[in-house]
Amino acid sequence: MSIGTYILVSLVKIVLALLILLTAVAYTTLLERKVVAHIQNRWGPSRVGPFGIWQPLADGLKFIFKEDLTPPYVNKPLYMLAPIIALTTALTSIAVIPIGPWIRLGSVNTPLQITDINIGLLVILGVTSVGVYGVALAGWSSNSKYSMLGGLRASAQMISYEIALGLSLIGVLIYAGSFSLSDIVNSQAGVWFGFIPKWNIFKGQFVAFFIYIMAAYAETNRIPFDLPEAETELVAGYHTEYSSMKFAMFFMAEYANMVTVACLASILFLGGWSGPVFGPPIVQSLLPVFWFAVRVFAFMFIYIWVRGTLPRFRYDQLMAFGWKFLLPLAIANIVVTAFVVAVK
Amino acid sequence: MIPVATTFFFYFLAVLAIGSAIAVITQRNPVHAALALIVTLLALAGFYLMLYAPFVAGVQIVLYAGGIMVLFLFVIMLVNLEQNIREYQFNKQWLVGTIVALALGGLLLFVYRTGRGTFPTVFYQGYRGLEGDNTQQIGLALYGQYMLPFEIASLLLLVAIVGAVVMAKKRI
Repeated sequence: MSIGTYILVSLVKIVLALLILLTAVAYTTLLERKVVAHIQNRWGPSRVGPFGIWQPLADGLKFIFKEDLTPPYVNKPLYMLAPIIALTTALTSIAVIPIGPWIRLGSVNTPLQITDINIGLLVILGVTSVGVYGVALAGWSSNSKYSMLGGLRASAQMISYEIALGLSLIGVLIYAGSFSLSDIVNSQAGVWFGFIPKWNIFKGQFVAFFIYIMAAYAETNRIPFDLPEAETELVAGYHTEYSSMKFAMFFMAEYANMVTVACLASILFLGGWSGPVFGPPIVQSLLPVFWFAVRVFAFMFIYIWVRGTLPRFRYDQLMAFGWKFLLPLAIANIVVTAFVVAVK
Repeated sequence: MIPVATTFFFYFLAVLAIGSAIAVITQRNPVHAALALIVTLLALAGFYLMLYAPFVAGVQIVLYAGGIMVLFLFVIMLVNLEQNIREYQFNKQWLVGTIVALALGGLLLFVYRTGRGTFPTVFYQGYRGLEGDNTQQIGLALYGQYMLPFEIASLLLLVAIVGAVVMAKKRI
């Protein structure tokens, strides 16, 4: 492949990936409002279009046309920088996430991800750890008590649970022997006894899977770990002082992170895009993407389901849960997995 | 892939690293200084990538830029900055500081001048294989050849953690 086609193909993939991600983000908000509404025996958005399907569009327009207010007492450069950091880091991590195997379009043979690098998982961990600055700086630069407390809570929570999250992935890495996400998916190919797929969750990583899910909920500041934006005590947490599109950027970052986390869960524990493939060639190349999308959708639904069901932790409970329960469990999982692999 | 524009990236990262390092010591607001330090650390991660050490680059970002610096920022955010900003930026130790810095610079220059033969002038040509299994290479080296130093370093860290807990907690 010549440099010209390579750049062209990469550009097309970047535009497509961002488009898909942002659409997913927009419609996750609608799904959330709808599902939570039905859990609470309401209808949810139903006025804009049939079943309210244009609601995200209307919300977006509203955010753009709202007055962009910058309070006079803020630290201006950092106040502007914080939402930018939050959103760019959230969007960057999609670059290494594969959504399907290699496909062939005419003479071009390309993987269904923006770039396949051999430290893919590390890149995602690194980018999300830099994303903490968005939240921390938003809290500090707003120069308000609520924001400050929200920012501190959020960043303390994120760095605490990042450790459990990172350690829960080690078991998967021991099995796959690679940081590359497509290698990890390929290591889960095949079935036992003709019907049980060789996914990592069935290979004995189910403890790691639950640690990952719980840590991921905390990482993305979702219920039951949404203390950074506990309305009853902190107004809106770190983005109290933000309005208009800057607020929307934090919002988009949060939902983009949810999508990333769901993608990672599917890739690392549920075999990525594996599933029955049949039919004509065009269907065959698109079916894996469909199976991948099904998994991601399921994760998003569970996210929302949990939000509609569970109450919030107290902050000391949250810290104790992360450090005294998840972390030792993750380390125990590493020891057991390493032992099993060594014995094999 | 053949590396492209390496000279450009080298000088870009070098300017970024040195420029933000200067900003670390000249910025009056400690939060700005900490942010400049993060930029320096990220630029260093870029250098590791250019040296075909992707694992080291990733760990640099996760640990230093994403872990340690967040804690730095935490402490800075909680102290009273108003007083800090008004304080004079030079204290009485500037003479000692200058001497130590000059000595360190001289040492680096000396090592560079005399040890020229030991530094590779041309980049190692067999890197194409190395790039892929950088992580495995580091793992094998750490748990094989450098087992003892690695364990000693872990023990030191453990001692530091225990010390921190003892100092922070009144009643254990």
